[in-house]
Amino acid sequence: MDRAELARRVLSLVTGIAPDVDAATVIPGIDFRDQFDFDSMDTLNFAIALHRELGVDVPEAEYAQLASLDKCVAYLLPRIG
Amino acid sequence: MSSEFKLPALGADMDDGTILEWHVAPGARVKRGDVVAVVETDKGAIDVEIFMDGVVREIVVAPGTRIPVGTVIAMIDAEGAAAAPTLSPTPTPSPAPAGEGGGEGSSSAPPSAERQKVSPAARRRARELHVDVEALTGTGPGGAITVEDVERAKPAPEPSPKPSPQPSPAKAGEGAEGKGGMREAIAAAMSRSKREIPHYYLSTTVDVTPATEWLAAHNATAPVAERLLFAALIVKSVALACRELEGFSGFYRDGRYEQSPSVHVGVAVALRGGGLVAPAIMDTADKLLAVLMDDFRALVTRARAGRLRASELAAPTIILTSLGEASVDAVFPIIQPPQVAIVGAGAVVERPWVVDGKIVPRQVLTLSLGADHRVTDGRLGAQFLARIAARLQSPASL
Repeated sequence: MDRAELARRVLSLVTGIAPDVDAATVIPGIDFRDQFDFDSMDTLNFAIALHRELGVDVPEAEYAQLASLDKCVAYLLPRIG
Repeated sequence: MSSEFKLPALGADMDDGTILEWHVAPGARVKRGDVVAVVETDKGAIDVEIFMDGVVREIVVAPGTRIPVGTVIAMIDAEGAAAAPTLSPTPTPSPAPAGEGGGEGSSSAPPSAERQKVSPAARRRARELHVDVEALTGTGPGGAITVEDVERAKPAPEPSPKPSPQPSPAKAGEGAEGKGGMREAIAAAMSRSKREIPHYYLSTTVDVTPATEWLAAHNATAPVAERLLFAALIVKSVALACRELEGFSGFYRDGRYEQSPSVHVGVAVALRGGGLVAPAIMDTADKLLAVLMDDFRALVTRARAGRLRASELAAPTIILTSLGEASVDAVFPIIQPPQVAIVGAGAVVERPWVVDGKIVPRQVLTLSLGADHRVTDGRLGAQFLARIAARLQSPASL
């Protein structure tokens, strides 16, 4: 999976958790929390979705690295098969 | 023997709803707890469950109709009684659609031959625009009134925010104004609360380091789907304190307080884009933490997707409002009538703390309580907060 494909997958997981967020408006460099009030419950659901869909188990201590789309891609790219 | 099935209460701040669809038709067999209808409210679509076993005799209120809570929406024949002859001297006539202003907008009423033919879409648009369809001349097939006829008859545009303190029925079918509707609903409920309930407020700051350490250790080893949020620990602690001390988990109605036999902690969920809703985690005190967390997660997801159940909105016996995400130290929460207490939680933050005569960094949380002076006093309220704090000191026992 290349970077662009990964970004698309991650974005679709984010909008799956926050269905009221329009994928087209998400800015990759800005934290989800600041863009659309992503909270700890959303982050937990996101971690569960990443594990289920991409097979990556993100430890709680590393949730901060999932804060924005750019950060997610940077963190996940080396970890997916 | 037919029973009336009424639109159930949807929580303190919702007085009406619009039936979006029925999941059952006359003749359908229903079981207590079945979702029979979907109702659009200011807080999203709500699944309405039925409270009895039986057979649907009649759908009284058709989709598209905005009705107040308590309106009869269907008639149900109780199980086993369906075929029994009615002994009542005046067999229940098909009840006219109940509620105020049964005439206008009650699309459930079979249109009489003389009445204007109006397409459902036109009728809906007419309600949105406050146009009287009866006064229009239709240009559609057979003289039927179309959406375009309604649009043409639309009164001069109103100033954009809703101008007058219109009673809620005027809001039928509004879509884009949903958020404004929620804001109005919250304001109405909170005004009522402040008018009727003599609040008192208490707060206490608690060293929750043991709980955060326990949580981190649990989450480090648990599979991702079994990880817990700190808020779940607070929810359970509140529920257990409610069982230990009377006067905080129940309802004040008709001039007296009634303690609820079960504790259903409502969790205030902020909705993206504004507004909030506080559905209950049912039987909170009896649930294992893992089960409680699963229910909590599902509840927040459904709240934000706009698919709560009516029972969840009406059930809370006390609410927990956690503003930790917003990085505030403390909340001074307002009670949702008919409840008599609400617990607030601020953010868990690292602060200098004195332990055994030394200043050390600790994780602390400020818990607050808004409670009803008609039921309890500050002394009991202080004990209640202390019980919650004590529970948080031994997270493994939750």
